[in-house]
Amino acid sequence: MHLIMPPAAMPSLPLSAWAGPYDEMYESTDLYRSVRAHYGALANWIREQSANVMQAKREEADLLFRRVGITFAVHGDDSGTERLIPFDVIPRIIPASEWRQLENGLRQRVGALNRFIHDIYHDKHIIRAGVIPAEQVYCNEQYRPEMDGINVPGGVYAHIAGIDVVRADAGEFYVLEDNLRVPSGVSYMLENRKMMMRLFPELFALHRVAPVAHYPDRLLDNLRAVAPHDTHDPSVVLLTPGMYNSAYFEHAFLAEQMGIELVEGQDLFVEDETVFMRTTRGPRHVDVIYRRVDDDFLDSLVFRSDSALGVPGLLSVYRAGRVTLANAIGTGVADDKSIYPYVPDMIRFYLGEEAILKNVPTYVCRKEEDLKHTLANLPELVIKETHGAGGYGMLIGPKASKAELATFRDRILANPAGYIAQPTLALSACPTYVDSGIAPRHIDLRPFVLSGKDIGMVPGGLTRVALREGSLVVNSSQGGGTKDTWVLEDG
Amino acid sequence: MLSRTADHLFWMARYIERAENTARMLDANLQTVLLPQSPDAITRTWRALLGISELEPRFLTLHARITPEAILDFMVRDPSNPSSIHACLRAARENARAVRGTLTAEVWETLNTTWLELQGHAKAKRYEQHSTEFLEWVKFRSHQSRGVMFGTMLKDEAFHFARIGTFLERADNTARILDVKFFEYARAREEGLDTPAESVSDRQQREFYHWAAVLRSLSAFEIFRKVYKDLITPARVAELLMLRADMPRSLLASMNEVLSNLEAVRKDSAAETERRAGLLNAELHYGRIDDFLVRGLHEYLSAFLERVNDLGERISRDYLVPLNPHAA
Repeated sequence: MHLIMPPAAMPSLPLSAWAGPYDEMYESTDLYRSVRAHYGALANWIREQSANVMQAKREEADLLFRRVGITFAVHGDDSGTERLIPFDVIPRIIPASEWRQLENGLRQRVGALNRFIHDIYHDKHIIRAGVIPAEQVYCNEQYRPEMDGINVPGGVYAHIAGIDVVRADAGEFYVLEDNLRVPSGVSYMLENRKMMMRLFPELFALHRVAPVAHYPDRLLDNLRAVAPHDTHDPSVVLLTPGMYNSAYFEHAFLAEQMGIELVEGQDLFVEDETVFMRTTRGPRHVDVIYRRVDDDFLDSLVFRSDSALGVPGLLSVYRAGRVTLANAIGTGVADDKSIYPYVPDMIRFYLGEEAILKNVPTYVCRKEEDLKHTLANLPELVIKETHGAGGYGMLIGPKASKAELATFRDRILANPAGYIAQPTLALSACPTYVDSGIAPRHIDLRPFVLSGKDIGMVPGGLTRVALREGSLVVNSSQGGGTKDTWVLEDG
Repeated sequence: MLSRTADHLFWMARYIERAENTARMLDANLQTVLLPQSPDAITRTWRALLGISELEPRFLTLHARITPEAILDFMVRDPSNPSSIHACLRAARENARAVRGTLTAEVWETLNTTWLELQGHAKAKRYEQHSTEFLEWVKFRSHQSRGVMFGTMLKDEAFHFARIGTFLERADNTARILDVKFFEYARAREEGLDTPAESVSDRQQREFYHWAAVLRSLSAFEIFRKVYKDLITPARVAELLMLRADMPRSLLASMNEVLSNLEAVRKDSAAETERRAGLLNAELHYGRIDDFLVRGLHEYLSAFLERVNDLGERISRDYLVPLNPHAA
């Protein structure tokens, strides 16, 4: 027997206030709106659930996440309090046809980005051809001269790429950001799916949801494929900054899922141009390091000398081609916000193709005319620091006060090269449980693209949701939550 | 396996065992002080408990007087006391978290749940109002942790290092309890000589309760009855808790486990450690309780504690935190 939701408990959407963005579930925002075909079964199902049952399920999810320990330690708190990233039980659904387009676009983009990184550390064709100005590359803090002329197995630099994608306008996909250093979040993609299957098995009978659980398998396969030459049975490890890092759960989880050692810098040492780990049976040789430690901390002999997180001497072994780092050192030069506007040009230059996925139009303030445009239209634009991350150092023009606008104007003028500007996108929204019931909230998507053997990805990614009404910032450090992401199979 | 991983597993298991032993000692004392006796005697019983873990000086810097409430607070809730149940369960969980990839999901979730539930108990001040119930809970979480390790983990090095931790800690704790309880008994006897007012039957009754509490704290009361079918005497208690291989918390049973797990991770460079463990084990295996008593139990147990400590340090050096073999 189905429980019929009483009318009073029906999700009450502030419809009139919601005329703008693309809604993932509904075709239009009027009162007699119709549900998009791929959300049909889910919408019916939600209507049949009682508010109490859904509340109980949400509490169960919370409890389970705590028991499994998918939590963040709150920095500086000694009482043992740990925080959960809020999980929303309403999934985000992507139909097969849309996913195919995304997948092709992502494969193309990551392919070109890897070609670009190889090029700028070797022959620099793209600079010599005048497609990208030399100073954009060489003056970039993320450019690592230590990498110049170094060959990495398969020419692969960004083995794991987290590409942030949003939908805007009438539902078109835009790439917002490429994350090519140590992108995180994939454990949430996997755990969210596990949680949904546990809480709502009946929903998976109603939908053909493409599985994602084989991600660690594909990752391991790719990591083994990029081992230094003549390694018969490569030994792969995951290097973590340690258990107090906010992504520690993910590091431990992935190492366990792949059956590889989770190591800290102190567990490794360099001897005879080889990386070893300390084991109970004596030193053991390491071939591939899936490192979740930033470039700056990898080798205190070369980068930051105060780092205790890395392995002194690692870079010399790396340069000799006797260990593989995934991702490679120096990938940050390609995911920087000042390089981002050139990605469509890269795709044209290396692949001779037009970009399948759009870039958000971007004004690079170091260019005079772009700067002029930016300053003239500040209240309509989003301003980002070229090296910023995590949703910090941003100005959202339409939401900013006069004082904030003035401060940013001064900051941009003082250092134009430090900023870019983009139009404010009306990010798509997806129904989400909030205190008052179900309401639309803005979302994005981070699929994880793996390169090594080939370029591929599991169907899905991490959907982040801005839980505050009207907020466009989905980062967990800024009050964002997550949802399960369903790619539906045809048929 | 990684040395650091083995180290975390070793300490994870030790802390679980230590939490259980703290709970056992508290429980035994709570039972003992229910018996009719002078306030002085009660204070001495509590002081002895602090003495077992060598914690009296630290306790007295925090609390003016020895009261049951202060002791419970210190031994259960106080995070600054390394033997408190709070500190042990937290350390066990933190060690587990550092190697959660090596543990089965069940082991990790058991330890994590224990820690989360402990916070709930602490908030509700459960250990004050329902101390016996709370201490039972601690014991059962320890049983469960050991059981889930035994029942779900691959019997590889990870398992062996955790087992070594469990039984080295248990050998240490049982030896400490015996040492203190025999000391108390000896002192009471001496005092008894000065107070001829106490009749023989009174004394026998007092001593019965003394040893019964010791046996209960080590889950050995029923076992004693089954094994000896005779009166409880100090010599029999010592024999049961030191030399019986079939008594799960005895020194010999603990050392048997330490030795067999050390053998399972044997390597040439650790031969001396294994030899020392074997020697300690052989003394208990082939020893007679009368000889131990003649030589003096306190002397033996003090030396035993030092040797267990030495084993712990040697295992650490051999396997867990090896010096960089290539460091200049």
